[in-house]
Amino acid sequence: MADFQEESIGLDHYGNDDFEAGLAEGKPLKRVEDLLLNMGPQHPSTHGVLRIVLDLEGETIVKATPHLGYLHRGVEKLAENSTYTQIIPLTDRLDYTCSMTNNYAFVRAVEKLLQIEIPERAEYIRTIVAEMQRLAGHLFWLGTQALDIGAMTVFFYTFREREVLLDLFELLCGARLTMSYYRVGGVDRELTQEIIDRLYKFLETFPDKVTEYNTLLETNRIWIGRTRDVALITAEDAVSFGLTGPPLRGSGVNYDVRKAEPYGVYDKLDWEVPLGKNCDTYDRYWIRIEEMRQSASIIKQCLDRLPSGPIITDLPQIAYPPRDKIQTDMESLIHHFMIATQGFKVPEGEIYCGTEVPKGELGFYILSQGGNRPYRLRIRPPSFIHMGAFDHMAKGYMIADIVTIFGTYDIVMGECDR
Amino acid sequence: MNPSALKIKEVHPDAVLSEKTAFGELTVEIDKAKIFEICQFVRDEPSLHFDMITDICSVDFPNETPRFEVIYQLYSVEKNHRVRLKARVSEEDCAIDSVVGVWKGANFLEREVYDMMGIRFNHHPDLRRILMPEDYDEGYPLRKDFPVEGRGWRDNFENLSED
Repeated sequence: MADFQEESIGLDHYGNDDFEAGLAEGKPLKRVEDLLLNMGPQHPSTHGVLRIVLDLEGETIVKATPHLGYLHRGVEKLAENSTYTQIIPLTDRLDYTCSMTNNYAFVRAVEKLLQIEIPERAEYIRTIVAEMQRLAGHLFWLGTQALDIGAMTVFFYTFREREVLLDLFELLCGARLTMSYYRVGGVDRELTQEIIDRLYKFLETFPDKVTEYNTLLETNRIWIGRTRDVALITAEDAVSFGLTGPPLRGSGVNYDVRKAEPYGVYDKLDWEVPLGKNCDTYDRYWIRIEEMRQSASIIKQCLDRLPSGPIITDLPQIAYPPRDKIQTDMESLIHHFMIATQGFKVPEGEIYCGTEVPKGELGFYILSQGGNRPYRLRIRPPSFIHMGAFDHMAKGYMIADIVTIFGTYDIVMGECDR
Repeated sequence: MNPSALKIKEVHPDAVLSEKTAFGELTVEIDKAKIFEICQFVRDEPSLHFDMITDICSVDFPNETPRFEVIYQLYSVEKNHRVRLKARVSEEDCAIDSVVGVWKGANFLEREVYDMMGIRFNHHPDLRRILMPEDYDEGYPLRKDFPVEGRGWRDNFENLSED
């Protein structure tokens, strides 16, 4: 594949001048011209608004130039003018299919700067919810990727399970998509017994459901034909491009933030990082399937060990007072008002904090000058960095493969453009 | 002193301006002119081996000189350690050497820094705006003197609240 460009496609290749010259010499000639094809910004497979300009030689891609920014809302600029609590809803709108993990990544960064301890129960709940979100994210990916490639059934199957998870999120925090459930210092609401029971029930059948998706795709000739050896990238290139998450692990590089720099309660649990070896889309598919099994196991282990206790830190300068006190006690009401209107102060300093989200490593770099707003907040979006490798990974493939190559990153433009 | 910082300082003593460890993270400030050299060194030196570019971003300090700061977050997959390199860029000579030759992923990240902060990268293969439209001429949005609401038609009207 890689040395495609050096080879001609079997026809005599002439530029315009050569063509005229060839005519004068009386040679039999075929003229080959490169075709410039615009794809997007509105295209169902781009999962957002993305425009790609493709240089084609016949049906083969010679160069793919992504034009980003159609969904740019200036989140980083907005964040500089918002208090830390006000930024949590902004992070929902990055990768809007996995808002829980975005919230988690952001609050972890602020907590690192504040250097505060999180209650144990809160850590467990955070891990459970982040893994539920990973399941929902991977289910979303599997359904849409299969749909883009042409298998419609998988979409209905995966969205059936995703629906159960979204119902649980709704029960947990009242929202299904933009959740804003995490808070600096803990979480917003209690994981009730009803949710725990329903989650147990869900986990009983979920591994069988994953097997069910797998039977639809694993040995499906069309699926294999369209994902095997498509979007190849070597381990060395993947690291150099800064890929993270399943695209990196598909190339056999063992890097998962949850293992490399453990947070939450991941280091107390028994789970594995699946690694691919063929560097192609099929291996990334397999990794996501395997990660779903691992996530289900992580949730189950967390539920079994879930300790009791508070769900948010009791530091009065950061957390709201309890609800019943706000309604009965004047001091608490004032306290609540102060935090809600002015936010809390964060000490001077700068940190980078990466978190493993379904798409890869979502990092936050926060530079604080001691106020209630960040001086600079930089989001390291995995989708944006994956798009940097797009041209490299699309070269030499057929035009029909382009939707597979989009899908291989699990790209979401809200996060890419911010 | 952190072993990574020690190693950089040992081989390139005049390139390291300062180094500090805070919140368990190492930050090394590098002379702007030496940035490509240092990046290549930290990637290739076996005891450092920073083979992954995590992020490139920039910060604007309008009241300081030099005004801008370009920040490189690096990670080593093999060693599992991180470093943050920094280089100051002045407003008058608003350019720094590109590190695309060291890490391929730097291409889009540097384009974003150029787009948002207006810092040019010498020898960058394709330095164009990336998130804003290519013909956008209202400035660089992440600079501190750029209004949050943006510039544009609003500036043509008087602000009633100021009277």
